[in-house]
Amino acid sequence: MSVTVLEGKNIVRDYHVGGGLFRPSRTVHAVKGVSFSVDKGKTLAIVGESGCGKSTLARIITLIDPATAGELFIDGNKVDIARNGLSKEMRRKVQIVFQNPYGSLNPRQKIGDVLGEPLLINTDRPADERRDLAMKMLKKVGLGPEHYNRYPHMFSGGQRQRIAIARALMLNPSLLVLDEPVSALDLSVQAQVLNLLADLQDEFELTYVFISHDLSVVRYIADDVMVMYYGEAVEYGSRDEVFADPKHSYTKTLFAATPRADVASIKARLAKKRAA
Amino acid sequence: MPLLEIRNLTVSFDTAAGPFMAVQGIDLSIEPREVLAIVGESGSGKSVAMLAVMGLLPNTATVKADRMAFDGIDLLELSPSERRKIVGKDISMIFQEPIASLNPCFTAGFQIEEVLRFHMGMDRAQRRARATELMKLVGIADPEERLNSFPHQMSGGQCQRVMIAIAIACNPKLLIADEPTTALDVTIQKQILDLLVGLQAKYGMGLIMITHNMGVVAETADRVIVQYKGRKMEEADVLSLFEQPKSNYTRALLSALPENAVGDRLPTISDMLFEPAPSATGAAS
Repeated sequence: MSVTVLEGKNIVRDYHVGGGLFRPSRTVHAVKGVSFSVDKGKTLAIVGESGCGKSTLARIITLIDPATAGELFIDGNKVDIARNGLSKEMRRKVQIVFQNPYGSLNPRQKIGDVLGEPLLINTDRPADERRDLAMKMLKKVGLGPEHYNRYPHMFSGGQRQRIAIARALMLNPSLLVLDEPVSALDLSVQAQVLNLLADLQDEFELTYVFISHDLSVVRYIADDVMVMYYGEAVEYGSRDEVFADPKHSYTKTLFAATPRADVASIKARLAKKRAA
Repeated sequence: MPLLEIRNLTVSFDTAAGPFMAVQGIDLSIEPREVLAIVGESGSGKSVAMLAVMGLLPNTATVKADRMAFDGIDLLELSPSERRKIVGKDISMIFQEPIASLNPCFTAGFQIEEVLRFHMGMDRAQRRARATELMKLVGIADPEERLNSFPHQMSGGQCQRVMIAIAIACNPKLLIADEPTTALDVTIQKQILDLLVGLQAKYGMGLIMITHNMGVVAETADRVIVQYKGRKMEEADVLSLFEQPKSNYTRALLSALPENAVGDRLPTISDMLFEPAPSATGAAS
């Protein structure tokens, strides 16, 4: 029997944009009542264009921002950070990897300190244990002990994203939110990072919430897919259902816009061009 | 006569650890009305080669070539001021980060009109009219209003359209697009690619697309050059590149596409390249 790690019921998030002297304040409805659930060891992909509320939803799931309304359950427990605050135990369970590996690492912090900091803040492990754990994690994500004392600028984009993933895994989370983790990376590096994520999921039974606008990546990694459009979930189902039979017109637009790299579509394009 | 012809281009940068060869002996030519795609990962020298053509590299770079000619004019012989008369007029370029490559201090209209003033010598009214026409051409709604907008007031897709308007303002013969859609969403990417290819066909420009996205190559290019670590690995027309890639590196790139995944793992470049330092062997041109 599968265990549900994450469940959201009718999550709503409004932002109040303060007015100026001559401008009234207004409310932006970033997320308008979204429900979802993810089982242990599975991946939910959230797809949508910029401004559709997918990153807002990621921040709510990661317990960074509270939801305006709706209920969020993690490991079966209801979480409400607006009312009860956030315990270290909850912080440990959910971690996030951000899109831009250049912006999400402190340039003045050595990699060893980057990896040790979550332990320093959330646990009372002594320094030598923290160091050992950081070394082990470096190996897990495909880096070596020699990288421990280096600074972020000495790494390539793919290596930095590995470091960001390592940092997120330091506290043994059960849920990992990946906010466009590969969209800033080259094709071949993207493949390496996706492989790493798949290996780590098998090893630690991680649950992923994977946010992306690249459908080919989603098709590769996801078990379930949710398509968001202007704050609403317009399509939600298993990967095969959504890809085989998209129902909403926006999902169809999205599929049509994805560039296709197969021989048949190139032939069709060239034939059309010759006719024109 | 080819529109742009480059033979044996080498670009090296002086660094503290000695010269770094970013481009090592690239040959390239593009005919009028052709769409050429240059594909490669970051660090493959694809942008640097084109920046060398534009003359936009910093002083630390050394550019050497046996021949670098645009439309019969030898670019290596030109003085910087003569070169500036060609660059931006007959050859123009679109960059990757649309919001960052526009000047945040000036309106979109000012930045379009700047090119027209410098290269075409138009007066104020002519410039305004042409700028409005260009904004319409690149598909911006209410062009007159948008001419007075600053870059931060527009979305990434709109900024990229303004960049394209600036680039095509003087009816260039060659347009170089350096990863024009990498920073954009798929739906916007589709619109921008359609716009670029449409403009290319309408005005008969040569178009060089620099990209690392094989999907973009498949949707736009006539001919493709694959580059890796500053060397050309393969050159082929688009259909034969996807049907029968000749070099190992191209095969590796194609198999790293997530839609080509077989089983649970994606093959990566390092799985596919047998020799540690790839050479051009196996890459027949």
